[in-house]
Amino acid sequence: MKFGVVVFPGSNCDRDMQDALQYDLNKEVIMLWHKEKDLSMFSTEDCIVLPGGFSYGDYLRCGAIARFSPMMQSVIDFANRGGKVLGVCNGFQILCESHLLPGVLLQNAHQQFVCKNIYMKNGDGRALKIPVAHGEGRFYADEKTLYELEENDQVIFRYCDEKGTVNAGSNPNGAIRSIAGISNRAGNVWGMMPHPERATSAALGNQDGLEVFKILELYGTVAAEKQELATAL
Amino acid sequence: MEITAQTAKELRLTEEEFELIKQKLGRTPNFTELCSFSAMWSEHCSYKNSIKWLKTLPREGGRMLVAAGEENAGLMDMGNGYGVVFKIESHNHPSAIEPFQGAATGVGGIQRDIFTMGARPIASLNSLRFGNLKDKKTQRLLAGVVHGIGHYGNCFGVPTVGGEVYFEDCYHTNPLVNAMSVGIVKVGKTISATAEGIGNPVFFVGSATGKDGIGGASFASANITEESTEELPAVQVGDPFQEKKLLEACLEVIDTGAVVGMQDMGAAGIICSTAEMSAKGGVGMRIDLDKVPTRQQNMKAWELLLSESQERMLIVVEKGKEEAVLKVFEKWDLSASNIGEVTGDGLLKFYMHGELEAEIPAYELVLGGGAPQYTREYKEPAYLEKIKAFDANSIKDIDAADLKGVAEQIIQIPNIASKRWVYVQYDSMVGAANTSTNAPSDAAVILAKGTGKALTVTVDCNSRYVHAEPYTGGMIAVAEAARNIVCSGGEPLGVTNCLNFGNPYDPEVYYQFVKAVTGMGDACRKFNTPVTGGNVSFYNQNPDGPVYPTPTIGMVGVIDEFTNRMTMDYKEAGDVIVLIGEQQDDIASSEYLHKVKGVEYSPAPHFDIDEEFGVQKFVASIIKDKLVKSAHDISEGGLLVTLLEKGFNRNLGFEVKADSDIRTDAYWFGEAQSRVVVTVSKDKAEELQHKAAAAGIPATILGSVSNGSIKVNGTDWGSIEAWKEKYDTAIEKIISAN
Repeated sequence: MKFGVVVFPGSNCDRDMQDALQYDLNKEVIMLWHKEKDLSMFSTEDCIVLPGGFSYGDYLRCGAIARFSPMMQSVIDFANRGGKVLGVCNGFQILCESHLLPGVLLQNAHQQFVCKNIYMKNGDGRALKIPVAHGEGRFYADEKTLYELEENDQVIFRYCDEKGTVNAGSNPNGAIRSIAGISNRAGNVWGMMPHPERATSAALGNQDGLEVFKILELYGTVAAEKQELATAL
Repeated sequence: MEITAQTAKELRLTEEEFELIKQKLGRTPNFTELCSFSAMWSEHCSYKNSIKWLKTLPREGGRMLVAAGEENAGLMDMGNGYGVVFKIESHNHPSAIEPFQGAATGVGGIQRDIFTMGARPIASLNSLRFGNLKDKKTQRLLAGVVHGIGHYGNCFGVPTVGGEVYFEDCYHTNPLVNAMSVGIVKVGKTISATAEGIGNPVFFVGSATGKDGIGGASFASANITEESTEELPAVQVGDPFQEKKLLEACLEVIDTGAVVGMQDMGAAGIICSTAEMSAKGGVGMRIDLDKVPTRQQNMKAWELLLSESQERMLIVVEKGKEEAVLKVFEKWDLSASNIGEVTGDGLLKFYMHGELEAEIPAYELVLGGGAPQYTREYKEPAYLEKIKAFDANSIKDIDAADLKGVAEQIIQIPNIASKRWVYVQYDSMVGAANTSTNAPSDAAVILAKGTGKALTVTVDCNSRYVHAEPYTGGMIAVAEAARNIVCSGGEPLGVTNCLNFGNPYDPEVYYQFVKAVTGMGDACRKFNTPVTGGNVSFYNQNPDGPVYPTPTIGMVGVIDEFTNRMTMDYKEAGDVIVLIGEQQDDIASSEYLHKVKGVEYSPAPHFDIDEEFGVQKFVASIIKDKLVKSAHDISEGGLLVTLLEKGFNRNLGFEVKADSDIRTDAYWFGEAQSRVVVTVSKDKAEELQHKAAAAGIPATILGSVSNGSIKVNGTDWGSIEAWKEKYDTAIEKIISAN
């Protein structure tokens, strides 16, 4: 299984994602320029990642312009064919704008950018410490959509506290029902605000991000977890 | 129009300077030419009132790869074939008027200084000063500045990894916003800000030029008054997305091998970049201003020359390789225009509609060329008498029963309390290289990916110390920066400085400048950290007076082996807490004395540079020997604040006893320099003390790390969580109270 990382002109987590996938997860990575269209080197078993950043400056709604880029047309097609697509932060916003995922990401409730470690969990799993860094990460959807998301197990991550309790105090942006990440109905497209690629290396003192890739079944074997400090440097 | 001395005066040039210009040109300049001189000879661009003293700083040696001031930023050898490029710059005046854009473009400007040399920025820092936080105006400025820094830095994609924020009344009208950036480049791959090769084309790349920021350089070279808000057009507007593209395009265009020289357009825009690049290469340029892309119609020649529109670069390209350059900028959807060529006569000639609008020898405009250099008079400020008259005996010591209450007060002083409200608004983790998020240390520790090394970076200046004793305070700023680097396991490499002072024509202000720079220079020589460059910001003054003299020190250190990195926090209950350095019976200039006791005038705290050097050398050796598990220096707030801060990361407490006959307040809250608190596992405490004795460095066991409870002199002080809550929320409470 290999990865493609889309590079928009304002992507700024593209290299971080590349490093995490290459060095910490030992995966093959191909960088994909937004003006290109070709995804023929990928099978639907592979995964296309939309990294964080400010794709086209995001002076309009975040991700609203990226949706129309040539590469996104191919990614939308790839997803509709069952290919795996992961969007992180700005990538999540782009997936919602592209209607590959339901809902929207609104300005944080406290109206400020926030960057810090938060905790989130998948189902009844353990609380994972993962960084967030966004100004518009408050997930919102109408009641009907929320009902469907929960009914179909599409809520993949919820913000929680260190002990795994979901509560208002541990929600960094006011996301409805503490939703940090969701998938589509078919389970091949995922979006999340937290940045797992910032938590995959021993040198950074936090490897909970590896767990995220495992949960999404993008990681493979546990054996790959062993890594040398030198790779990050 | 007729150009007279009065015209010159309106452009903030003196009569003598006007005469000098006429002499140099052999004629009376036209308006466009006079504007060019006004900008280039402004304090901001020419350093005319500071260069004499800047030259006394150690500006070469160590691992410097270019001499200070030679390029847009300092360049030092970090080993393994890589160089570290770094610089700090002020954006005080724009931020005072329009905090959001002022701060944002400050961040943008300093990043360009780094990548114009071919380096990729990997870390940003900032140093901020405001008035009283309880004041509504301060809160508005703080919110705007922090938002601006975040807005630009977060989008641009360089992590903000460190900084400092102080609140003092003297900054009420004149806030200080100093931004620093640090980048990495392969040695030998740097690009110089020079123009060479007669006939080589000159390219203008990036954003179009508008009327924003016209006169910014000369605006920053005057006091701030009530009328300053009318100078709003002098403030620039930033576009971080454009800069992000410019960064990637500039680094890519360097790889084409077509670039002869490159310089960003910051202060004084086109005139500054053409003049400095030409003067450096000993050439001239013929520029066709019609070819400069504009975003406003009917811009005049002088407006084009002086505009400080952001996100623009000037590139001299090797003739015949234009296509390669155009291709890169097209890829990034940035405009690139051939606006002229390098000439051999040393003259800058600007044409518009076929008319020659200005003709000036490039050399005459620049620092080190024709720009004037002044010797200013200085005299000891009158207030220093009050400082010398301070008598600690007139201050009543605190009773044992009041100790806890005072400690609670001190950790909630905004200068000491957590700056969480500020730094969570900055992306501190983009780049996935900031190790300090999960493992805090005195200076931020950043992985320099690809180089096999880590960098450790800090900005420091306690300006109250500099105000109290300019020479000693200047030394302390350098010493503290070096101490922070050493406590993080790094070897200090070099310094960039941002010298924020009042009006240089005031002899008492100039005294502060001279003494502080002298102190910095002496300290830099002692620590072998040359000054690689920086920036001077005078005129941080208003009708009520100048700000505290604030020579902000940005320091970069290198960690050759990442395993030698040191963190500040307690690791395990039972570990022994040891003070390296000596307790002093000294409360001078402490936050305690100033904020709790309300004493405005007292000397700088105890400081001896040889003692400091010895302590740092010893701390570096015990970190290298893997003897200690944590190291955190004592700074604002004194020993007790240090002990508490060491506990916050892991919710570990401590049990300590004062064992000394000095004043109680001096023991716990004094800010004497050259002290570091370390922890060691129990079985190594003795070894540490032996080593200290052998090195002649005092090492005193203060107590031990606990599971979370705090006990001072046998009294129960509650849990570390409760103290952390107070420390973390103090600033937030003040802001939300209004």
